Amino acid sequence: MRRTLLTGNAAAAWGARLAQVDYVPSFPITPQTEIIEWIGVWAESGEMEVRAVTVESEHAMITAAAAAAATGVRVFSATSSQGLLYAMEMLYAVAGWRAPFVLVNVSRGVATPVTLGSDHDDVFAARDSGFLQLHCATVQEVLDTVLIAYRLGEDPRVRLPVLVNLDGFYLSFTREPVWIPDADAVAGFLPSFDPENVRFRASEPISQAVAVLGGGAYSYFRYEMHLAAEQALTVYDEIADAFESALGRRHPAVETYRSDDAEVVFFMVGSFATKARAAVDRLRDAGIAVGLVRPRLLRPYPLSALRRALAHVRGVAVIDQNLSLGKGGVLHTELCSALYGQREAPVIASFIGGLGGRDIADEEFYEISAVTRKAAAEGSAPAPRLLYRESELREVRKLQRVARVERDELASGRKP
Amino acid sequence: MYRIRLHGRGGQGIKTAGRILGSAFFAEGFEVQDAPRYGAERRGAPLFATVRAARQPIAERGEILQPDLVVLADETLAAVPAAGVLAGVDARTVMLINSSESPDTWRARLALGGSVHTLPPATSDRAGERLLGAVCAGAAARCVGVIPRESLAAAIREEVLVMGPGVVEATLERALWAFDCLAAQAGCVAEGRLEAAADWKPPDWIELPFEDARISAPHIHAAGTSVEVRTGVWRTFRPELRSELCHHCHWICSTFCPDGVITADTGGTPVIDYDYCKGCLVCVAVCPHHAMEAVPERGGEAAA
Repeated sequence: MRRTLLTGNAAAAWGARLAQVDYVPSFPITPQTEIIEWIGVWAESGEMEVRAVTVESEHAMITAAAAAAATGVRVFSATSSQGLLYAMEMLYAVAGWRAPFVLVNVSRGVATPVTLGSDHDDVFAARDSGFLQLHCATVQEVLDTVLIAYRLGEDPRVRLPVLVNLDGFYLSFTREPVWIPDADAVAGFLPSFDPENVRFRASEPISQAVAVLGGGAYSYFRYEMHLAAEQALTVYDEIADAFESALGRRHPAVETYRSDDAEVVFFMVGSFATKARAAVDRLRDAGIAVGLVRPRLLRPYPLSALRRALAHVRGVAVIDQNLSLGKGGVLHTELCSALYGQREAPVIASFIGGLGGRDIADEEFYEISAVTRKAAAEGSAPAPRLLYRESELREVRKLQRVARVERDELASGRKP
Repeated sequence: MYRIRLHGRGGQGIKTAGRILGSAFFAEGFEVQDAPRYGAERRGAPLFATVRAARQPIAERGEILQPDLVVLADETLAAVPAAGVLAGVDARTVMLINSSESPDTWRARLALGGSVHTLPPATSDRAGERLLGAVCAGAAARCVGVIPRESLAAAIREEVLVMGPGVVEATLERALWAFDCLAAQAGCVAEGRLEAAADWKPPDWIELPFEDARISAPHIHAAGTSVEVRTGVWRTFRPELRSELCHHCHWICSTFCPDGVITADTGGTPVIDYDYCKGCLVCVAVCPHHAMEAVPERGGEAAA
């Protein structure tokens, strides 16, 4: 085991390398490309014994990944943003094949307008596809979560593909110290995949992913996937224990930080949660009882663990780095449904922030905690708030004025 | 915690400089977080890199809004608002600027209250431009004062190895030279502390007003807007035609120019539009008679 500086992308590639994956179909997209570059380098040098191919699109990439997974080999792939959206038809289709593999998403805001900055609208679009969904907050977690994801997806009680999400830029291109475990230690935690009946072979015809005409059969297969995803909560807890004993790091389904005696907590997923952790420390220094609750799993939704973690708090500040247009933050909506009707449920305040890579400043975390404490004291939730400063609107106004001046000048024939 | 921001343009080695500093801190037992930040990857476009180093694990991430040290590899970026060179710079921020102008000139120009130092002058050959990052890394390492010369050298070997032994040697030479030149500034950068949560001013949040689609759609209803963006300022090298060598086969350079900025006069001599030439140097590569030369931008101006 050695500790070194890695980007989030390199850590994802190391996860695939240590999982000894057999096949990696890919299609490049910023900010994911570095992952497949690393795998390409190692395939070329022989450090990874893997078949790595680039295919013509993300749609084909997911089809190739799942088709290979259906033969019982271990498969890895990665994408981002519009690539994930382009693959969406096949995400839904292949989840039902019950042939597990791991897909890393390096989250990036979706068009339009086009951006390279990170938010969770891309990966949340895959929320209902049947892929399990794990969110990372640090570069170390990226490596560890890829390993956990294989064991989770391959468990016969689950057998579903798994999406591992890391935030573009804030993790993908950011280097942090990472323990790279030895291959032997990893093999103890993640043995080679025993695919049992997942074994599609040439010249051995079987029918897989059959059509069913009739709602009864259809409902059976769909609901079994739902039950398998729910089962994955129990399986995840077992795996988190096994990971800790084999590799020494603990990654519970729900991270709680200084929340036991907290009056209000921040609630969020992804790498901005470490910023919240830093804000919690400074708010605690100022005598304010604040904590952090961060689900690592979005699917399956860790309902009981969240209810336990939030049972005693008076206010929850949900910070959504996503936006369901015409409704609001997805985490907020889901948490409201999870806590509705619970005895002494906390007041839940909604904040939308970090869209398209927009940073969240320390004083914004402080203000979020102040707003939420006030709401908890009054017993009523405030209106949802977009984290947006006067200075940001001023910059937009400047762009709009430039656009208008150009339009006017062009219309008057003063320019080519 | 040390919070460092390095600003430059694509092609000047700023991303590598951030990694060299990060690795050197890490070798000295610091917890480290380093990251480059850029848009669509392209030579000459503004970018920056951040480096955080602390004795405790680092939870904060993203932009550095209260820098202890800002290194500016390309002085033309000071006047580019989107580059954000001056963001959060205050009286306790040390600035290192790559400029032939004096520190006092920059203090006056930018109304800087903190200390300003200039980097040792860059060599005007082509390799020198690419090694600006090495100069920045060496100078920054000396200014923080906790990175010994050997750790800087080891970090360079580690980070630049993939570029080949020649680049390692050249990077070492420039970085260690800069390290030595800044001996008088050793340790002038102090670790910063953030203000307590109780002392912060609340953010100037606003309610985003509703505006109808005639205003709020992301459209510019006009053609030719790219004319406004003089991409020539991104150039770190310019192609220059040696007319005595030109055979007037202008079809070649003008066709291969990815930006369409090479045309020909009536005699078939190529004419480069320097307002928009980004300095990719494809024309230098394809010219069969070797009549296009790559000239460092600043050196080129001096020669002209």
